[in-house]
Amino acid sequence: MIAAPEITERNYLTGKEGVLSWLLTTDHKRIGLLYVASITAFFFIGGLFALLMRLELLTPPSDLVSPETYNKLFSMHGIIMVWFFLIPSIPATLGNFVVPMMIGARDLAFPKLNLASWYLFNLGGIVTLYAILRGGVDTGWTFYTPLSTTYSTTYVIAAAAGIFISGFSSILTGLNFIATIHGMRCPGLTWFRLPLFIWGMYASSLIFVIATPVLAITLLMVAVERIFQVGIFDPALGGDPLLFQHMFWFYSHPAVYIMVLPAMAVVSELVSTFSRRPVFGYKAVAFSSLGIALVGFLVWGHHMFVSGQSIYSALAFSLLSYLVAIPSAIKVFNWTATFYKGSISWDTPMLYAIGFIGLFTIGGITGLFLAALGLDVHVTDTYFVVAHFHYIMVGGAVMAYLGGIHYWWPKISGRMYPEGLAKLAALTVFLGFNLTFFPQFILGYLGMPRRYAAYPPEFQVLHVLSTAGASILGVGYVLPLCYLIWAWRYAPKAPPNPWRATGLEWKTPSPPSVHNFDETPVVNYGAYDYEALKGELGLG
Amino acid sequence: MSNFTASYNLFFWIMAAVCGFVAAGIAFFLILFAARYHRRRESELPPQIQGNAIAESLWIGIPFVLFMGMFAYGAKLYFDMRLPPADAMEIYVVGKQWMWKTQHPEGEREINELHIPVGRRVKLTMTSEDVIHSFFIPDFRVKQDVLPNRYTTLWFQATKPGKYHLFCAEYCGAKHSGMIGWIYAMEPHEYQAWLEQGAAEGGMASTGEKLFHQFQCANCHHFDGRGPCPDLQGLYGSTVQIGGGTSVSGPTTVVADESYIREKILNPRAKVVQGWKEGYMPSFQGQIDEEQILDLIAYIRALSPAPGGAIASGSGGALQGAAPQPTIIGPEATSIHNTAPYRP
Repeated sequence: MIAAPEITERNYLTGKEGVLSWLLTTDHKRIGLLYVASITAFFFIGGLFALLMRLELLTPPSDLVSPETYNKLFSMHGIIMVWFFLIPSIPATLGNFVVPMMIGARDLAFPKLNLASWYLFNLGGIVTLYAILRGGVDTGWTFYTPLSTTYSTTYVIAAAAGIFISGFSSILTGLNFIATIHGMRCPGLTWFRLPLFIWGMYASSLIFVIATPVLAITLLMVAVERIFQVGIFDPALGGDPLLFQHMFWFYSHPAVYIMVLPAMAVVSELVSTFSRRPVFGYKAVAFSSLGIALVGFLVWGHHMFVSGQSIYSALAFSLLSYLVAIPSAIKVFNWTATFYKGSISWDTPMLYAIGFIGLFTIGGITGLFLAALGLDVHVTDTYFVVAHFHYIMVGGAVMAYLGGIHYWWPKISGRMYPEGLAKLAALTVFLGFNLTFFPQFILGYLGMPRRYAAYPPEFQVLHVLSTAGASILGVGYVLPLCYLIWAWRYAPKAPPNPWRATGLEWKTPSPPSVHNFDETPVVNYGAYDYEALKGELGLG
Repeated sequence: MSNFTASYNLFFWIMAAVCGFVAAGIAFFLILFAARYHRRRESELPPQIQGNAIAESLWIGIPFVLFMGMFAYGAKLYFDMRLPPADAMEIYVVGKQWMWKTQHPEGEREINELHIPVGRRVKLTMTSEDVIHSFFIPDFRVKQDVLPNRYTTLWFQATKPGKYHLFCAEYCGAKHSGMIGWIYAMEPHEYQAWLEQGAAEGGMASTGEKLFHQFQCANCHHFDGRGPCPDLQGLYGSTVQIGGGTSVSGPTTVVADESYIREKILNPRAKVVQGWKEGYMPSFQGQIDEEQILDLIAYIRALSPAPGGAIASGSGGALQGAAPQPTIIGPEATSIHNTAPYRP
């Protein structure tokens, strides 16, 4: 490690004090931390629902909770985790914190809009929590019609309103990032000198801006049909239930890429830093992000292979789904190749990156099963699908989020974290995750449908394994929460660049000053150019 | 087990082998490199490799070829599953919160159960009375969503007698996990015995005939072509000339299948037969349930000759070449011909 220069000037954490200085801040770093607080709360609320579900599923009958309650649990688990944790997780926290520093800027293009996004996000969250406290919602996170518009007697409109409001936070964050990345790069920082994290953020911002309005309109239509009995989706009123599915998945499939592109973006940073090599095939990895974002808009119908849509449109959606898998495959192979002849450190962020690559590969590969039309028929709407998307979203996105939090922790807090404990937590998460979700692939193959409060007894053994895994996973998630809170005050102080990484964010002090850089940096080298920076980084 | 089980399993495990091999390879190299190239000193600077066009082309090209193979294999299996053969025996399914009602053309009705013979192709025509459900028989490897206001179909051929799970696979509300049942695949002679022992109320077509009178359809749909509405003999399976209506933009043709007949019962203004007055028939929406519609369709179907003898609708002509059978008699007030034989 490079010896830490004594930091005397006030940094972004100490610059202004008091609760109001946080609630009215326009500093992208502080807003990033505000988001960390919000999504951490939502993560543990959603996790609590998951825990209750796993406990219910220990035994075949629905004995711990009633089927009605179970239905609310999985609905609220999905809603909270997708919209109030996964979607904002990496962009709104790490993205907010890091993007301006990575491109040598003092802040995002629209700092006040950024703060407004956080308030909108929380307002949406509070409205959704209100729906939950009033009695919850039981439609599943997918709000399929006409169940949601006509038959459900729960708080559908309140829950949808919360998601609707928080959607504006997504749109504004996306706009902010796009404007910032276009207009605020420091001198010399051309597009192909950008860290791959920026490419990933840019690609996911595009999806934020293009897809989210479709979700907003769809939810609005659900509310209109529910309140005014206007026939849009319910055939009894003259509507078409498949129209809802098309509109919902037109948003929600790209939304999967909103969750995983930022995760890939983090992993590219981790893989380069901890193998001290440029990411193998930089341009291929950069363009694969854009490729995923664009082709990702054309594959929504693969959620509907047994829905009754035309078999010929199913054919097109299957083909396009295989095409969108190729850029993901490129990333996995290129990351693996980056390890070759590298200088691999086994620090905690790298463990998470390796875990991400492994679990994302399993998630991606099982996606190939689901994209194959004939194979999808049997396993769709079973636990196979549940396992598949948890491998992508939890094994992928959450692992990358945790890896990123550890990686940038010295920058965020100005302190290190306890490495031994962090390694233990990473290992616990990895093992607990696999024990939770791998049995679910088998359950799905055996025919266990998803969203079942009660199930035939022959599935019990696998469910017990899954619940056992979930309790280990829970410990793995509580551990970092505890030691990071401890580390915030008590861990050893961090130098500006503890990992000898190349990103501009590491040229700021730890924690950074309010305006990040005293002088605007000038870049005359490519991304991950360790050769050019070896003197500065003390390498060789 | 069904005709799809073996080919599905083969495909699944080939995929698992190919994909498992690739995943194991990635894991192997990740761990190997992480161990082999573990950082030896803090300031180590490894060789800076930017990329390799040949390697990257390989791992774009090889997956692409594999993916296209998976796509083609999957599409083949899917089309086999999705296109029911013409000679399949028909069974009708109505899903509702939270039960499955199944109905055999001979009249047997079951709840949360379905008896079928092994060795025969079975086609299910399905609809829902409320929300979307999904008819899922894991051991048969078949699944199809069941939608309100629309018929979807599913087919299979059971290959081994036994008792198999039936699940609802599309979340449908409070008792979704209770919307389950059993499929009983029986030897054909046992199936025949089962059918006979239970048939009391008559076949679907004869129930449909009663409904035809009950709803006073016969008042307008005369069988001599002179009534105010089209003669329904020979309608089923024929190609109908459409002159206009609320769900079409102009003259077109439509095959008079289950969906068309159902739509005409519930929304007669949707597709108006060329040459007939619009708005004459009232809608039966809300007065008739899905099972009754299926019975009516079975009756109208019985008014037509076996598949192949398409007769232009609205012509009012008598059935040509269909041997009169005494099994089902048309509405007495209007009938001048015996109707076509009904064979499931």
